[in-house]
Amino acid sequence: MKNKYLLSVNNLSVDYVSNNSFIFPWENNRVVKAVKNVNFNISEGKTLGIVGETGCGKSTIAKAIINLIKIKSGNIYWQGAEITNLPEKLMKNYRKEIQMIFQDPLASLNPRMNVGEIISEPLVTHFPNMSKKEIIKQVKELMINVGLLPNQINRYPHEFSGGQCQRIGIARCLILKPKLIICDEPVSSLDVSIQAQVINLLKSLQKIYKLSYIFITHDLNIAKHMSDDIIVLHFGNIVEMNKSDNIFNNPQHDYTKKLISSVPKI
Amino acid sequence: MLEVKNLFIDFDTPEGKVKAVNDISFKIEENNSLAIVGESGSGKTQLAFSILGLLDKNANVRGEIIYKNNNLLKLKENELNKIRSKKISIIFQDPMTSLNPYMRIKNQLNEILIYHQGFTNEKATNESIRILDAVKINDSKNIINCYPHELSGGMRQRVMIAMSIICKPEIIIADEPTTSLDVTIQSQIMDLFNDIKKEFKTSLILITHNMGIVSNSCNKIMVMYGGKIMELGNTKEVFQKPLHPYTKGLLETVPRIDENYKVLKTIKGDPINMIDPPRGCIFRTRCPNPTHDCKEGKTKNKLFESKPDHWVDQCCVNCI
Amino acid sequence: MFFLNNKISKLSKNLSSINVIKGRSLWYDARLRFFKNKAALISLLCLVLILLFSFLGPLFAQWSNEEIDWSVLGDISTLGYPSIETGHYFGTDELGRDLYSRVIQGTKISLMVGILGALIAVTVGTIYGAIAGYFGGKIDSLMMRIVDILMSIPYMFVLILLLVIFGRSILMLFVGIGLISWLDMARIVRGQTLSIKKKEYVEAAITIGVNHFTIIRKHIIPNLLGVVSVYATLLVPGMILTESFISFLGLGVQEPNTSWGALISEGAGTMRYGTLWQLLFPLFFFVVSLFSLFFIGDGLRDALDPKDR
Repeated sequence: MKNKYLLSVNNLSVDYVSNNSFIFPWENNRVVKAVKNVNFNISEGKTLGIVGETGCGKSTIAKAIINLIKIKSGNIYWQGAEITNLPEKLMKNYRKEIQMIFQDPLASLNPRMNVGEIISEPLVTHFPNMSKKEIIKQVKELMINVGLLPNQINRYPHEFSGGQCQRIGIARCLILKPKLIICDEPVSSLDVSIQAQVINLLKSLQKIYKLSYIFITHDLNIAKHMSDDIIVLHFGNIVEMNKSDNIFNNPQHDYTKKLISSVPKI
Repeated sequence: MLEVKNLFIDFDTPEGKVKAVNDISFKIEENNSLAIVGESGSGKTQLAFSILGLLDKNANVRGEIIYKNNNLLKLKENELNKIRSKKISIIFQDPMTSLNPYMRIKNQLNEILIYHQGFTNEKATNESIRILDAVKINDSKNIINCYPHELSGGMRQRVMIAMSIICKPEIIIADEPTTSLDVTIQSQIMDLFNDIKKEFKTSLILITHNMGIVSNSCNKIMVMYGGKIMELGNTKEVFQKPLHPYTKGLLETVPRIDENYKVLKTIKGDPINMIDPPRGCIFRTRCPNPTHDCKEGKTKNKLFESKPDHWVDQCCVNCI
Repeated sequence: MFFLNNKISKLSKNLSSINVIKGRSLWYDARLRFFKNKAALISLLCLVLILLFSFLGPLFAQWSNEEIDWSVLGDISTLGYPSIETGHYFGTDELGRDLYSRVIQGTKISLMVGILGALIAVTVGTIYGAIAGYFGGKIDSLMMRIVDILMSIPYMFVLILLLVIFGRSILMLFVGIGLISWLDMARIVRGQTLSIKKKEYVEAAITIGVNHFTIIRKHIIPNLLGVVSVYATLLVPGMILTESFISFLGLGVQEPNTSWGALISEGAGTMRYGTLWQLLFPLFFFVVSLFSLFFIGDGLRDALDPKDR
């Protein structure tokens, strides 16, 4: 039976524990409750925005969903199947369907690999028998789709601008045709004039590839433009969750109101 | 009060000569605030650093920066030191790295007072506590004994601002002061700047790429691109009726909360390479409506006064 | 959507006519910076010349390294003098053997011990350190404690003990030096791995689903190589010095094989008889090689500077 939601997160809690008692057995480990009892669902083709300030736990939620960090309690379901704290061997299959775009475009690309190698790495990992010709064909097609010239395929990341590096990151995500892409502050470190280009690209790709997004940002303007639904996080708790328009037209929680009023208006 | 005339800054790098700033001229009068807006590569930070002589050794600077009848570029190091912090102070972008992690806040603040005003340690500490109160830090008596890593980003930036106003300077240069801060802290810091301007009658040079914070804090705005000035005028006027396509693009590209968009307006193209900038009009690779001559690189950039006290680049004013 | 389809069809028409642009990798940039460094270039040249000397030198030799020239025995200090006529370009040693051939022999052995030893140390140390640093936790603790224990053993003592018990041979020398030299490299590589592990491109690789050993091979080790190559060029002189010291003590390579250390030892012993050439020639090669290696290491460090993104 196909679950109506693509991704379901129930009562997710993540703690960061310092390792003090391993070195000094008489000291207690310090625990930071990064995420507390977070619940949300994502449907196909929709964008969920997660907004909040630094340290509120948005990146932690992203890393928990793709199994980069351990979850303390709660469950994560992907199309009905449980993927909470799954061992890496079993998680590998799901990695084809859930991908991530990182915040710092240049740092998320291995400086020693050229663009072709970076974008084709997912193909090489999941389809080791694919021919080199086929791989290059797919990489070049994807480069055109994200707005890069295919003749740049042998260039290295440091030869590109920030916006172009982010496009390379997006191409790397798309090559496996995932269903959900988690965008962790994808435009925060880009110039203002390039941000709009990348946002437009993400939106158009969503239509073409029928993607769902989790869009994490601290910039409310962009969150409103990109998201269908928005979650407002404050110190690891969801303080408000609603449709995007409702959040901005009719904010309920004090913190949401404070955030919206702090946004500078031209 | 401060006048920059025909400033050129270039850097010798192994990859070639980076022409960071190309023929910039502007003035700041007393009690006025100027916002310098531009993206990475526009040269705005280099411009700010050159005023206080903080550029790297591989920089070549030509032109004049006149402050109270002195050309700051020609002053020797010890004379420049008398002006730094005392008359013109600077707040750097990243509060994490601009405070010395090994010194307590007390010592970092006292250092300025002891050097410039010749205070004793005790007198300096009292003055420092007073200044921390002025920047609205609540627990100043305890904070003063803390180390930078014990404070949050917003607090650190307030300490930086305290350091910059401690000698009551005439000009404060703030280099992207709120970029690494959250939006709620950002609005508090901008309010603080407005209070300081009112109380100490300082002029503010605000360097930023965020148009939003400019509108409430600075009365004049200067838009830079590729080391040249594209538009210069009063903030209200420039925002309501921008004459340059780049300014217009910057204003329109950020989505507003109170509007809905299908597709965001963009400024096409990518930031230029400052080692090999486009010939002719420097904006032509991103201009929405370049003329034939522009595309060929036959036009030149030059500021002219289109309306009273509203300057714009002559090349691009027809392309908007 | 429409504009993208349009763009795709336009671009795919031109695809065949667009030539693929060659990329400029970080290694290429580093190479350029290295070649701009005059000291490093000259040192590289010196090292290459010395290597050539050790390969091509025997072509000019008139005596082998074991042959005893009976005619100079008895009065080495006057008859064993370096001269072109007698064929003893570098003179003879105390036993009447041609010093030129002996120096070539010594150069070969010392450089071999140094370079091969460094290669082994780099390979073993890098793999060990990368695995320890990447997996972390208990594996890391265990592996690094082994390194700590091995490091705390008095090195010279063990080496000399090994050589005395198992006899002197080049193999033993390798085993002894090899046992110890990878430890430093493992420590350094582990430290670098810890910082590379946190970088976003490693997180991205995990997100893609790349398995651990492939990540170590493709993402971690290539980004370590900068630091590793600098330390490797500093390992080579270290090995040569160690071997020279052992040989100086008399415990190194067996006769008739020789090394710089052994030659210097013999030369130093006969200095008072006025046969200075026996000391100076091997010493010259020794010093020039070490200096060259240090300058090359310095040049590499500047070329592969941390600004190397």
